[in-house]
Amino acid sequence: MIAFVLRRLLQSVLVLGVVALVAFGLFQFIGDPVNNMLGQDASVAERARLRASLGLDDPVVLQFLRFIGHAVQGEFGMSLRNARPVSVLIAERLPATVELAFSAAFVALALGIPLGIFTALRRRSPVAQGVLALSLLGVSLPTFVTGILLVMVFGVYWDLLPTFGRGDVVDLGFWQTGFLTLSGLQSLVLPAFTLGLFQLALIMRLVRAEMLDVLRADFIRFARARGLPERKINYGHALRNALVPVVTITGLQLGTLIAFAVITETVFQWPGLGLLFIQAVQFADVPVMAAYLLLVALMFVGLNLAVDLLYYAIDPRLRVGGFRGRA
Amino acid sequence: MSAWTGWRDSDLWHGFVGSRLTVVAAVVAAVLILGALFAGLIAPQNPFDPLSVNLIDALTPPAWQAGGEGRFLLGTDDQGRDLFSAILYGSRLSLLVGVASLVLALVLGVGLGLLAGYVGGVVDAAIMRVAEVQLTFPAILIALLISGVARAVLPAEEHGRIAIPVLVLSIGLSTWVQFARTVRGSAMVERGKEYVQAARVTGLGPGRIMLRHVLPNVLNPVLVIATISLGNAILTEATLSFLGVGAPPTEPSLGTLINKGSAYLLSGEWWIVLFPALVLSLLVLAVNLLGDWLRDALNPRLR
Repeated sequence: MIAFVLRRLLQSVLVLGVVALVAFGLFQFIGDPVNNMLGQDASVAERARLRASLGLDDPVVLQFLRFIGHAVQGEFGMSLRNARPVSVLIAERLPATVELAFSAAFVALALGIPLGIFTALRRRSPVAQGVLALSLLGVSLPTFVTGILLVMVFGVYWDLLPTFGRGDVVDLGFWQTGFLTLSGLQSLVLPAFTLGLFQLALIMRLVRAEMLDVLRADFIRFARARGLPERKINYGHALRNALVPVVTITGLQLGTLIAFAVITETVFQWPGLGLLFIQAVQFADVPVMAAYLLLVALMFVGLNLAVDLLYYAIDPRLRVGGFRGRA
Repeated sequence: MSAWTGWRDSDLWHGFVGSRLTVVAAVVAAVLILGALFAGLIAPQNPFDPLSVNLIDALTPPAWQAGGEGRFLLGTDDQGRDLFSAILYGSRLSLLVGVASLVLALVLGVGLGLLAGYVGGVVDAAIMRVAEVQLTFPAILIALLISGVARAVLPAEEHGRIAIPVLVLSIGLSTWVQFARTVRGSAMVERGKEYVQAARVTGLGPGRIMLRHVLPNVLNPVLVIATISLGNAILTEATLSFLGVGAPPTEPSLGTLINKGSAYLLSGEWWIVLFPALVLSLLVLAVNLLGDWLRDALNPRLR
C-alpha cells in the first residue's frame, strides 16, 4: 500500500515538475524583459545592472528554482494585458469557475443517476428509448453548439433566462458568490446545463450499463428468490453496486469540467478562469498562461491521485500484484 | 413478451437499425465532403473575393424568410457574404485541418511508439513519460497552450498567415499519444517474434526492420483509432476556431463562422450562427458514426 502511494505521489510530483518546466519555458518566449523596462536609450551598464538585479545572469537552473519558489507562494508577476498581479486576477476569477463547475457536476449527477436508473429498469418503454437517443445527441454535440442552441431557445426565442455574465453577486469578502441572488441563480442555469450536458449523458449511460450488468448477476437472482421486494433489490442491492465506477468517473470528470469551462465561459461571457485563460492565449499573456497551466495541473494531478487512491480503497482486487498507474 | 418486443430485441433488428443509421451517415458525410471538395464549383460566390461581396447585401435573411433573396439561399453575414458559399468553403478548411492534423498525429505517434516499443530502455522511458504527462490533461487544453505559445513566439503580423499550420500543429501534437501507446504495445510484442530475429540475423539495420517488418504488423489497431480520431480532430479545430485562436476571419472554418455568428445571436440574425453549427454537428456526427462502423468492421474480435 505504502509503496503504491509513494509511487503515485512521485509520479504526480514528476508531472507537476514537467508542467512547471513548460510554464517556465513560456517566459523565455516573451523576449528580453530588460528591453521592455528600460527602453531604447539605456546604456549598456544600466542594462547590465538591471539584468543582475533581476537575477537574469544566474544559471538557468537557479532561475527555474526561483520560479518554482515564487510559484509555490502563488507569485507569477504581472499580467501583460491587465497590468495587475496575476495572483489577484486568479483569485478574482476562481469563484466564478468553481461555482460553475460544481453546478454543472450537480446537474449531471442529480439528473444523470435517476435517468440512468429509469432507463435501466424500464428498458423497453418508449420514454426510456427516447431519453437514450437524446443522450447520444448529448455526447455528440460540440459544447459550444449546445450552448448556442440553448441561448437561442431559452434566451432569445422564449426570453426566459439571462444569456451572459453572472448576474448580481454577493461579496463575502474572500469569495464572490452568485448563489445568493435571484439573477445570479438565473444566470447560472444555462451555463451549468451546457457544461454539464456531456457529463449528464455520460453518467446516465454509465449508470444504465452498470445497472443492467449488475441486475443480471447471481446475487440479484438470489435476492429475488429470497422474496425481497423489488424496490429493495433495485435500490438496496443493484444501485449500490452500480455506483462504484460512477464515483471514480465523476471524480475524473470534474477535471474535465474545469477544462471545458473555457468553452462554456466563452459562450456565456462568464467571468471565470477559462475566459481569463482564453484571453491570455489570444494576447500571448504569458504570466497568466503559466499560472493557469500550473493551477490546472495541480487540480488534475490532485484529482487523478485522489481517484486512484479511492479506486484502491474500493476495489480490493487491485491490492494484489503490481498496480500500474491509470492512463 | 409480445412478438413485437421480441423482434425489437433481436440482433437482426439492431443490425438493421445500425446499418440503416450507417447508410444515412454515409450519405450525409458524402454530401458534406463532396460539397466541401467542390466548393469552388458549387458555391454561387467566392466568399474570399472582396469584389464579389457587397456590403449592401449584409444580414439578408434566408431565402424562404421575409426579406430573403433567391441568390442567398441561407442568407448573408454581416459583410454581405453568402452564407451557403461560406459554409462550403468553411467545411473544406475544417476537413483539411482535421485530416492534416490526423496525419501529423499518426506519423508522430506511430513513429515514436515504434521507437519506444522496439528500442525500449531509456528511449522508451523518455517517450512514455512525456506521453503520461500529456495524458494528464485534456487534448483541448494542450492544443490551446501550443497555439498560445506560437502566438507568443511569432510577431503579431505573422499570426494570420501561419494560423492554419499552427492549428494543424497544435491539434496533431495534442493527439499523438494514443497512437504511440497502441503502437508501442504491439511493437513490444512483435520485437520478440521469430521473423524479427530472423531479419536481425540477416544483418538488417534496426531502422529497416522497424519500418519494413514491424510497422506493417502493428498498423491494424492504428487504423481503428484513426477512424475515430478524425471526428475529434474536426471538433477540436472547430472549438479552437470558435475560441478565436484557430482559423482567422479572413479564411474562416466552420468554427470561425460560428464564432462570428454568435455575436448576432441576440440581435435576431440567427441564421449566421445556426447553419454553420448544424453543418458542423452533422459532419462530426456522420464521421463518428462511420468511424464506429469502420471500427466494428475492422476489429477481428467483434467479427
